[in-house]
Amino acid sequence: MATVVNTPRPKGVNRIGMMLQDYKGKDSTLCAGCGHDAITSQIIKSFFEYGVEPYRVIKLSGIGCSSKTPAYFLNRSHGFNAVHGRMPAIATGAILANRHLIPIGVSGDGDTASIGMGQFVHLLRRNIPMIYIMENNGVYGLTKGQFSATADEGSKLKTGVVNELPAIDCCILSIDLGCGYVARSFAGDPKQLVVLLQGALAHRGTAFIDIISPCVTFNNHEGSTKSYKYAKDSEELLHEINFVPFYEQITVDYEAGLTKIVELHDGSHITLKKLERDYNPTNKPEALRQIRDADAHGEFLTGLIYVDPAKQDFTETLNMHDDPLATLAPERVRPSREALEEIMESLR
Amino acid sequence: MRNARVINDFSIQVATVNGSGSQSANMVLMRSIFQMGVPVSGKNLFPSNIAGLPTWFTIRASKHGYIARRAEIDFMVAMNPQTAREDAMLVQPGGALLAEQSLGLKGLRGDISYYEVPFSKLASEVSSDARLRKLLANMVYVGVMTDLLALDTVEVEKAIRKQFKTKAKAAETNVTAMRIGAEYARSHLQKTDPFRVERMNKTQGKIIIDGNAAAALGAMFGGCTVVTWYPITPSTSLVETMIDYMKEYRIDPKTGKATFAIVQAEDELAAVGMVIGAGWAGARAMTSTSGPGISLMSEFVGLAYFTEIPAVIWDIQRVGPSTGLPTRTSQGDILSTYFLSHGDTRHVMLLPATVEECFRFAQDAFNLSEKFQTPVFCMSDLDLGMNNWMADPFAYPEDIPIERGKVLSAEDLEKIGTFARYRDLDGDGIPYRTLPGTNHPAAAYFTRGSGHNEQAEYTERPEDYVRLMDRLDRKIENARASVPEPAIEIGANAGIGIIAYGSTHHAIAECRDQLKNEYGLETDYMRIRALPLSPAAQTFIEAHDKNYVVEQNRDGQMRSILSLDYPMLTGRLRSVLHYDGIPIDARYITNAIIAQEKEKT
Repeated sequence: MATVVNTPRPKGVNRIGMMLQDYKGKDSTLCAGCGHDAITSQIIKSFFEYGVEPYRVIKLSGIGCSSKTPAYFLNRSHGFNAVHGRMPAIATGAILANRHLIPIGVSGDGDTASIGMGQFVHLLRRNIPMIYIMENNGVYGLTKGQFSATADEGSKLKTGVVNELPAIDCCILSIDLGCGYVARSFAGDPKQLVVLLQGALAHRGTAFIDIISPCVTFNNHEGSTKSYKYAKDSEELLHEINFVPFYEQITVDYEAGLTKIVELHDGSHITLKKLERDYNPTNKPEALRQIRDADAHGEFLTGLIYVDPAKQDFTETLNMHDDPLATLAPERVRPSREALEEIMESLR
Repeated sequence: MRNARVINDFSIQVATVNGSGSQSANMVLMRSIFQMGVPVSGKNLFPSNIAGLPTWFTIRASKHGYIARRAEIDFMVAMNPQTAREDAMLVQPGGALLAEQSLGLKGLRGDISYYEVPFSKLASEVSSDARLRKLLANMVYVGVMTDLLALDTVEVEKAIRKQFKTKAKAAETNVTAMRIGAEYARSHLQKTDPFRVERMNKTQGKIIIDGNAAAALGAMFGGCTVVTWYPITPSTSLVETMIDYMKEYRIDPKTGKATFAIVQAEDELAAVGMVIGAGWAGARAMTSTSGPGISLMSEFVGLAYFTEIPAVIWDIQRVGPSTGLPTRTSQGDILSTYFLSHGDTRHVMLLPATVEECFRFAQDAFNLSEKFQTPVFCMSDLDLGMNNWMADPFAYPEDIPIERGKVLSAEDLEKIGTFARYRDLDGDGIPYRTLPGTNHPAAAYFTRGSGHNEQAEYTERPEDYVRLMDRLDRKIENARASVPEPAIEIGANAGIGIIAYGSTHHAIAECRDQLKNEYGLETDYMRIRALPLSPAAQTFIEAHDKNYVVEQNRDGQMRSILSLDYPMLTGRLRSVLHYDGIPIDARYITNAIIAQEKEKT
């Protein structure tokens, strides 16, 4: 919890004595310049800076380019590359078995918004404690460039095919379903992304981050609304965001009315400095309205869109024991001889 | 029509409308006979509907202890106007019919005893509430039957109080209704049928339980910690019963917190996915479903097989394909589940036949699943799962220790220094695993449904794939020696062998007596209790020129599996198949075997 640690430590070492190197994974096999690799770097950085114990982390994914990325970070953590669109079920099961794990799931827009939509929305409803990242490029990369369900209406494939269907906005969906930490970011904005990821680590419950992550091979051309250029041109920052971990003293210049501070579950803080618009990330209807407004203007909002640090997570809803269920001793999971006799008597 | 008395050996069928509360009355009647020491079984034949459609409940009293369905109906209680005429026609000659007076069935059959009673009118003496009257009419028929069958009123009242144990007032109202029925029968009906219940002592100490409840208890005592499921008939009651028991017996008294998690998933894909996620992270996790759910779980089950994750899956089989007959019984998932999922797969399957085995196999399944790090299926069915069976009380499972398989702790890793998730160190095909959350730098590995080598790294190398697939095959082959052995009964001079599994067992015991007593045909019997088959199965088949494989599906699925394992013995296998959704009965099997015996000799 919010213990303040101010002991000086050697350069390049985090609060638990690990180095950035310890948070890395295997070399990426994605296309050079892929947005996903930029995200991977920020995952490594944020977990290092926060000082997460790698052995407690589980890295989960479904199927697709994005779902390959858990192999590229946190080598010292257990990983699980599941079946297409079904990572939420694996995450849910794992957290039921051991509530002390720290799951980070990486999915794509196809894996989440099409084949995995059913499991995604139910994960949100249950408020499974995990970080859920959707690396959003609007296309299916591994099968060579078909539209996904997050592709904007009117956007164009390289082949000239135009998307005639409306996009599913997974942030709107998440807010609507009660997710307590909803953010949107851009792979080309590492500064913002690393803060949002650290905030997600400090949050209890599902933290959903939709990250526009351009596909350099199939969706980075003129007419695409998920290209680097388009994203840079139409990104609209909600605020200037900073993260102060629970183990550091918070020192912010309080400019009256200009900086909002959100205290997260573990005692960390997120500070939000006002830019052009007035934005309150704890107001649900307002958050939904602003996303829709921006969308109507061809812009996408990035930053912490909605936060509710107090919401109870699924392990609390289930009144689960504090000890991991997975490793309870046999005598704690097998009722007594007397219990069986009592049950048998009731059946006579 | 005053035949010789028939004591403790007859069947009663009660025809009602579903949603009319008849289930309580049926249970009371069944339990009353049970309490008088007479072996009894009850089968509910119900529609896929909540209220308003015909439903039947069959109670069989058998001094011989036969508890399979009996096809012949001796005593019909016709409470449903929609089906009363048809129901009346089903009664065996010499049998009896009890019907609501206003249905006017008098004279319909000259060859059976006929009793009519104004049930609704009598019920109105107990209550003026129209809805309650309807429910009480059922208890009035229990009263009438109490008198006609010479049941001990004290036992019937005890059964009513047990049925309504949490509702004292309802119990008293129902006792009154029963007494009114009994009194009416005494003063208005002249008994002309031969059926009577007399006290025996064959049920002393026994319990009545359905297979789903037995499986739920087994799972609870087997240390199950995670249950994820999606409602589907006929498996729903397994988890619902388990929820009740777990809330009672698996809350930590110190903290008031649950030592389990039960989650109703959004569908069967998620249900089995959660089981796999939980199994991967070290929980004893299970789900329960039926055929349509099994089909949906297919992809995930392949993942668990290929990545070697424990998972326990109960299939309470119903009639397929598709929605099929959702409230009728079948053994139609055996073959497809054995090889469930794409690519080369094969699974360990347990085939419980009795409620005792539901209790036991629920525990064995966890041990086998964790030992072999693979999904284990428990193949029950609607008949076993949802109907009430008499059984000896379950023994405390001292002989079934909770065994977690090859799991390495941080201390183990510290000692051995290296770890490769899929390396076959012991030569039994079973590798070692670590659980997420193990605090050791060597503990982590990457689970993937794509090709992987011994270090769990991605690979598409042909030799890596072949090595992995061969090891998985070896692992499942080794399971033959660990799964429950077939139960074999060998006589002195048996001419033929009978092979069966699951709930079909109960009709086999009776059929073998019929073959012996009526045709002088001695039989040997092998009941398969698990797949892959134990070597003992081959020995049994080899010992008989003719082996009748009796099963409740159209295609002879177990016969196919036997033929795959023993192609050289295929000529010794014959089929007796029953697949109309109604539980198989002994007479059907006897007739089928005799017909084939005549044909071939």
